Amino acid sequence: MPALLTDRPNVRQEFADKISHVVRFAGDSGDGIQLQGQQFTVASALAGHDLATLPDFPAEIRAPAGTRYGVSAFQIQFGGDRVTTPGDAPDVLIALNPAALVVNLANLVPGALIIVDESAFTAQRLKRASLDTNPLEDDTLEKFDVCPVDISHLTLEAAKPFGLGAKDAMRCKNFWALGLVLWMFDQPRDATAHWIQTKFANNEAVRNANLAALSAGHAYGETAEMGHILSQHPIPEAPLDAVEYRTITGAEAMALGLVAAGELADTELLFCSYPITPASSLLHHLTGLDDAGVATFQAEDEIASICAAIGASYAGKLGVTSSSGPGIALKTEALGLAVATELPLIVVNSQRAGPSTGMPTKTEQSDLYQAVYGRNADTPLPVLAAHSPADCFETAIEAVRIALRHMTPVILLTDGYIANASELWPIPNIDDFQVITNNKPTETSGDIWERDAETHARLWAAPGDKGFIHRIGGIEKDIVTGNISYDADNHQAMTNLRQAKVESVANFIPEQTIDQGTTAGLAVVAWGSTYGAVYQAVKECLQEGLAVAHIHLRYISPLPKNLHDLLTRYDKLLVPELNTGQLATLLRDKLLVDIQQLNKVSGQPLTVAEVKEAIARLANPRMQEVTNA
Amino acid sequence: MPELSFKNFATDQEVRWCPGCGDYSILKAVQRSLAEAGAKPENTVFVSGIGCASRLPYYIESYGFHTIHGRAPAIATGVKLANPKLDVWVITGDGDGLSIGGNHLLHALRRNIDVNILLINNEIYGLTKGQYSPTSRVGTTSPSSPGGSVDSPIDPGRFAIGAGATFFGRAVDIDQKGLPGLLNEARGHEGTSFIEILQNCIVYNKDVFDDVANKKTAADHQIHVQHGEPLLFGKTNDKGLRLNPSTLALEAVMVGHDGVTTRDILVHDETNATFAHLLLSMEAPLPTAMGVIHRRRLESFDRAFWNSKTQKRRQKVVNLLHQGNLLDRRNGSE
Repeated sequence: MPALLTDRPNVRQEFADKISHVVRFAGDSGDGIQLQGQQFTVASALAGHDLATLPDFPAEIRAPAGTRYGVSAFQIQFGGDRVTTPGDAPDVLIALNPAALVVNLANLVPGALIIVDESAFTAQRLKRASLDTNPLEDDTLEKFDVCPVDISHLTLEAAKPFGLGAKDAMRCKNFWALGLVLWMFDQPRDATAHWIQTKFANNEAVRNANLAALSAGHAYGETAEMGHILSQHPIPEAPLDAVEYRTITGAEAMALGLVAAGELADTELLFCSYPITPASSLLHHLTGLDDAGVATFQAEDEIASICAAIGASYAGKLGVTSSSGPGIALKTEALGLAVATELPLIVVNSQRAGPSTGMPTKTEQSDLYQAVYGRNADTPLPVLAAHSPADCFETAIEAVRIALRHMTPVILLTDGYIANASELWPIPNIDDFQVITNNKPTETSGDIWERDAETHARLWAAPGDKGFIHRIGGIEKDIVTGNISYDADNHQAMTNLRQAKVESVANFIPEQTIDQGTTAGLAVVAWGSTYGAVYQAVKECLQEGLAVAHIHLRYISPLPKNLHDLLTRYDKLLVPELNTGQLATLLRDKLLVDIQQLNKVSGQPLTVAEVKEAIARLANPRMQEVTNA
Repeated sequence: MPELSFKNFATDQEVRWCPGCGDYSILKAVQRSLAEAGAKPENTVFVSGIGCASRLPYYIESYGFHTIHGRAPAIATGVKLANPKLDVWVITGDGDGLSIGGNHLLHALRRNIDVNILLINNEIYGLTKGQYSPTSRVGTTSPSSPGGSVDSPIDPGRFAIGAGATFFGRAVDIDQKGLPGLLNEARGHEGTSFIEILQNCIVYNKDVFDDVANKKTAADHQIHVQHGEPLLFGKTNDKGLRLNPSTLALEAVMVGHDGVTTRDILVHDETNATFAHLLLSMEAPLPTAMGVIHRRRLESFDRAFWNSKTQKRRQKVVNLLHQGNLLDRRNGSE
């Protein structure tokens, strides 16, 4: 056995004093790790903790058991304070096999508690994980506090009375381990028990075995008398101000935002897409919502999906399409058609690591150039980016608002991390949102090319409207009549108009604000899913007395009108991104500002420590107390 | 309400096809059929891709959408799903529909969405100045195949039947008698109707269909099929088609010769896909089949697509927001 850090009481005390923890569940991709994590998330939320989660799973559906590349993991940070990231480094790891243990060691904090399924460390399974020696017996784990538990055997024991075969009984071990971790943090089991009862309502044996495993894991914690390593750590409730909360993933929030936007705009939505990781979950969440005004169409390919969405918009409903980078590339020509015909359209890009197929389940922010510039000709369109799972709700509403107000396609950027991650969400009241206006005709006949002076929008007349029969298309049109035109001056005028239309969006969006921090010194200017890490890093740096601010952009194109004035108040600007510097280039181009970059393109989210390190290099101590909370 | 004449379906736009192009007579037949069917311009939508044929929507007084190369069936699908009450037409060509857009055509056909697709086939790329197309016969000389094309052509009819089409018809561009009627049959069909129109590109592929379309020989080289009627052709209907059981193919016979009677002649069954395949596999000197070659009933995709309607929407949205595991801090947890 490795030496236990429990012999060093200060480490245990530090662990016990924490009001938030980072727990990582890991096992084979067939072990039900994601389910385990989701159930722990629910329990955590019900206990009143703030939280953020990160599922981290392989692209292979069922990779060969026991291999390193087949490890599936779920990480959660939860606690009694505001939580904005799933945590840089876990302080608790639950590993159900040798591979799950070794691939996760590098990220653990020193002194982390590791709970392992001892019985999974057989010679054969060590070999599967490419291990020559047993890490439970050599010095691999000497920096950590290790709690080996015979989880497999104890699960079989718990499931025994219900007559399941060994294979089925073993499938209950995720709930056994969950029971133990729920005990450890004094989290409620009721929601998980309820979930098991509903899920296995028609299979009594499986239902009872899973319930028994959950209880057995919990009881083990209470009775095992391993207090020297395994003890209970109740966490205080987080200071939450809203009344009602739920947990929500980015894909769920995006779906709800689109549904709510349709209702606010009094327009039905046709969501057309083609399956692609990590964007497919949005399609799944939007199915079956006909009575809420959304229909979904799974098209034959990416091109057909955007084309069907454009067809829907032409016919008077709002077309929405969704994909990830490679699929967006295929949609590009049709996006040009939507710009040329001035139709409203929402295109959601759940970015993933590229180029080409890249790493489909890993996250990146590298499609910003594609969104802003990636079309043939001068084809501008508004681009927005969501910054967190919950923020997808509001950003989706804003995207729909812009598309309908200006009669333009809008690209909405999210990413694999936001789509799959979850957080606690104060449930909004839809009546608090402003109604979304559109450009549908209010008269019985008229000219669809008569434009709104401020939004440059044309009328959104659709087939069925008797007084507005018209033809549109991708050929350049006359600015007045809408008929085909190859006239030189007209093309110039139309090009200017398309540009002016997108620029006019800046007159309607809110001015950029400072998320937190000082009004001088260093500004960390970020976008998208780096929000949580930047927020926490800036918060800690402010506490350490540095002059630093966090400015997070939702509107990427056009930029908020005051952004230049805001940014030039700072001595230095730092732009952290999960790409090689795409927002940095855009800001230099649009605002002529000097920018320091922090770039990471590893498929993993930015950590708080990485941002803090960059801030520490650039920021100076705060001279005066000018803060903006 | 006054009846609309075919002139009411013409726009004020100058038609820009080459003088003598077969598209002129197709345009006229479309306008005529809309008038005959009592179509309402405001409820009619023509969607096209790219190519000479795809200019047609500009010339029809109805809603029209000239889209991008090959994608018209996909855009038309979105139009029809958004508003199933509309009468939706797709205008495409052999390059647009069967080359760059082959995938969308395939899926429109197998999905059976209620749109009418007119594929105007001239076996050549006209708008890009005369390259061979996916329907060009082997040996077609063109700027991109100066030594003659070597790839085998695709047959639109057999493609459609293979994709599970529920309606396939064929006509010649200049057939002002048969084409408007065929268009109306297509319009009345629930599901995807697909019509191939043999069109004469007088600039790049002049008279490529002359062996079929030439009025002087049409009676012997075309057979106009009708459901339930014997497959007879020729000026005096003295020729007929029968099945050769040893080759599993159709053969032409003379009624009254060699002991052949009308009872030997096959009767057209438009509901039978194998029958359609036999008719579409005929090569010269056998006649080319025209008219409704295949038609069968199957619930259309757009009808199956909508199973419930938007209702009590705000309440539904509020319910969705509150779905899942709630932390309600007023009354404790749910």
